[in-house]
Amino acid sequence: MCAVRDLTKTYPAVRGRRGTPGTPEVRATDGVRIDIRRGEIFGLLGPNGAGKTTLVRQLTGLMRPDRGSVEILGHDIVRHPERAARILAYLGQESTALDELTVSLAVETTGRLRGLDVRSARAERDAVLEELGLSALASRPLKKLSGGQRRLACFATALVGARPFLVLDEPTTGMDPVARRAVWGAVDRRRAEHATTVLLVTHNVIEAETVLDRVAVLDRGRVIACDTPSGLKEQVAGEVRLELVWRERAPLDVPEVAALRDRAVESGRRWSLRLAPEEARAAVAAVTGGAAFAALDDFTLATPSLEDVYLALGGSAGSVRGLVKT
Amino acid sequence: MSVVPAEVLPGAARADGNRADHGPDTEDGGRAVAVLGPRARLWPALAAVYRAQLSRARVARIPLLFVATFQSVGIMVLMRGVVDGGGEARAVVAGSSVLVVAFVALNLLAQYFGQLRASGGLDHYATLPVPPAAVVLGAAAAYASFTVPGTFVTAVVGSVLFQLPLTHLWILVAVVPLAGAALAGLGAALGLLAPRPELATLLGQLGMSAALLLGVLPPGRLPTFVQYARDLMPSTYGVEAFARTFGPDPDWAAVLLDLGVCAGVGVASLAVATWAYRRAAVR
Ligand SMILES: Nc1ncnc2c1ncn2[C@@H]1O[C@H](COP(=O)(O)OP(=O)(O)OP(=O)(O)O)[C@@H](O)[C@H]1O
Ligand SMILES: [Mg+2]
Repeated sequence: MCAVRDLTKTYPAVRGRRGTPGTPEVRATDGVRIDIRRGEIFGLLGPNGAGKTTLVRQLTGLMRPDRGSVEILGHDIVRHPERAARILAYLGQESTALDELTVSLAVETTGRLRGLDVRSARAERDAVLEELGLSALASRPLKKLSGGQRRLACFATALVGARPFLVLDEPTTGMDPVARRAVWGAVDRRRAEHATTVLLVTHNVIEAETVLDRVAVLDRGRVIACDTPSGLKEQVAGEVRLELVWRERAPLDVPEVAALRDRAVESGRRWSLRLAPEEARAAVAAVTGGAAFAALDDFTLATPSLEDVYLALGGSAGSVRGLVKT
Repeated sequence: MSVVPAEVLPGAARADGNRADHGPDTEDGGRAVAVLGPRARLWPALAAVYRAQLSRARVARIPLLFVATFQSVGIMVLMRGVVDGGGEARAVVAGSSVLVVAFVALNLLAQYFGQLRASGGLDHYATLPVPPAAVVLGAAAAYASFTVPGTFVTAVVGSVLFQLPLTHLWILVAVVPLAGAALAGLGAALGLLAPRPELATLLGQLGMSAALLLGVLPPGRLPTFVQYARDLMPSTYGVEAFARTFGPDPDWAAVLLDLGVCAGVGVASLAVATWAYRRAAVR
């Protein structure tokens, strides 16, 4: 239902003014190709600056790509960017247009601007605020809410005047577990009842693992992997993750520990390693027995999560060396 | 760095399959074009934006309205020692009243749109199916109508101060919206076209200074080239129309003509603002 082909966008270089250095040009999306199916919750995952926001802004008609095509539900969005507003609802990474309005007026106004008449805009407003547990905050200005509450109120504006496609740029940043649950509950209900499709930008890999049907991993403007979360995890299957936390510093005089160091990613007292199961077993035996144990504060052994895949694939930004062999 | 091209992954293969490159996947495999959602029509959308903007303005702008009114009253008190009644007094009172409109509609609106653009706030409107004119007109109308009390207070105080008749103050009902449209359009356009929000603020203030200089000072005392500049200022015709009504026997045809010019300038400046909005919304 949403087909993206060869989407490329380069931010032009900015020449420096006197005293300040200019910025080089940035190819923020580079030949991106993705297909999103109807009723799917599709995720975009990637490190900061990977180009996720730039990509979704091109899908929503806010930015003209240099090259490539975007087709949503049969409409060519590059040629007719104004149609995007009638097909999808967009929740931007940060929204300031509504800051001075009350929650209730922000939602109602957005509903009316999505083409609802006054009566249905009010009815939908009440229903959405109730659904998200925002009724008690309805008469407060957005500016005076906490970060998570404000985000939830902005999410509410994306739901009034139902659209078959929701494009959400980091909808749950700053939200507590209750608010997150309200968001995913609302998304699930729309998917079950109206087969709503969702494109979601996120950094939260745990969330990604539980809510996404498929995920594309973006790095430096390119899609470097696209699969179901479990499919992606298979790429690092057969490895386990070992985390070691030392009391003060690693006992490098123990030869087994010294040998592990090359493969570890160190951050302070913490070492992070990905090992084959039998290697991990040997390593655990080495650090829990003998001289190394005295220096050990804590250790965990876990099967790989999507986070490992993320770190492994996003090799440029990740701190753990890549596992996926080319 | 390890990279797996999307094509070799199972999910991607499933997604793309052997399907034709374009055409969305539908259950029946056909090429379906979705019916577009409704579009917000101009007037309802304008009303919604107007209402939202007015509620914003109520909260945040009331102190500024006081500032604008005091400023205009202060100018009239100052000018009392300079002008010698008659035509000059009329020009001062009319100019000071319309200056309230310029302060809010030009200066504040330029600031508002400059900040909205810089902070990405335009994205919200640009991803809603609203006619650009509704957003610009709604905001402009809210800012302009917000100036009505200040304008009236200034006009009444000025009339008393310079012993002018209060009989035809009702003309403000036409002057405020028309001069408001012209100035708000100019303010919105400046805010939307300025590359940086600081510049938008600066341009708004400059416009405001121009309105002050060209609108309030009696034209007879200005050098010729400044008088030409005065003719280019959108609010001038509103000021003139208003000033004429203070006379003992106002020339209503001339008043109407001035208001007509003001309306024309208003339409043009709102059209420019709408164009600027379109330009700013899609980058
Ligand atoms: N307006 C802009 N002008 C120039 N460069 C930009 C602009 N916006 C983004 N970039 C650059 O383009 C790249 C992609 O940015 P983008 O905002 O799409 O990243 P992102 O994946 O959304 O990151 P984050 O996770 O931090 O939101 C970055 O290198 C960024 O510095
Ligand atoms: Mg982003």
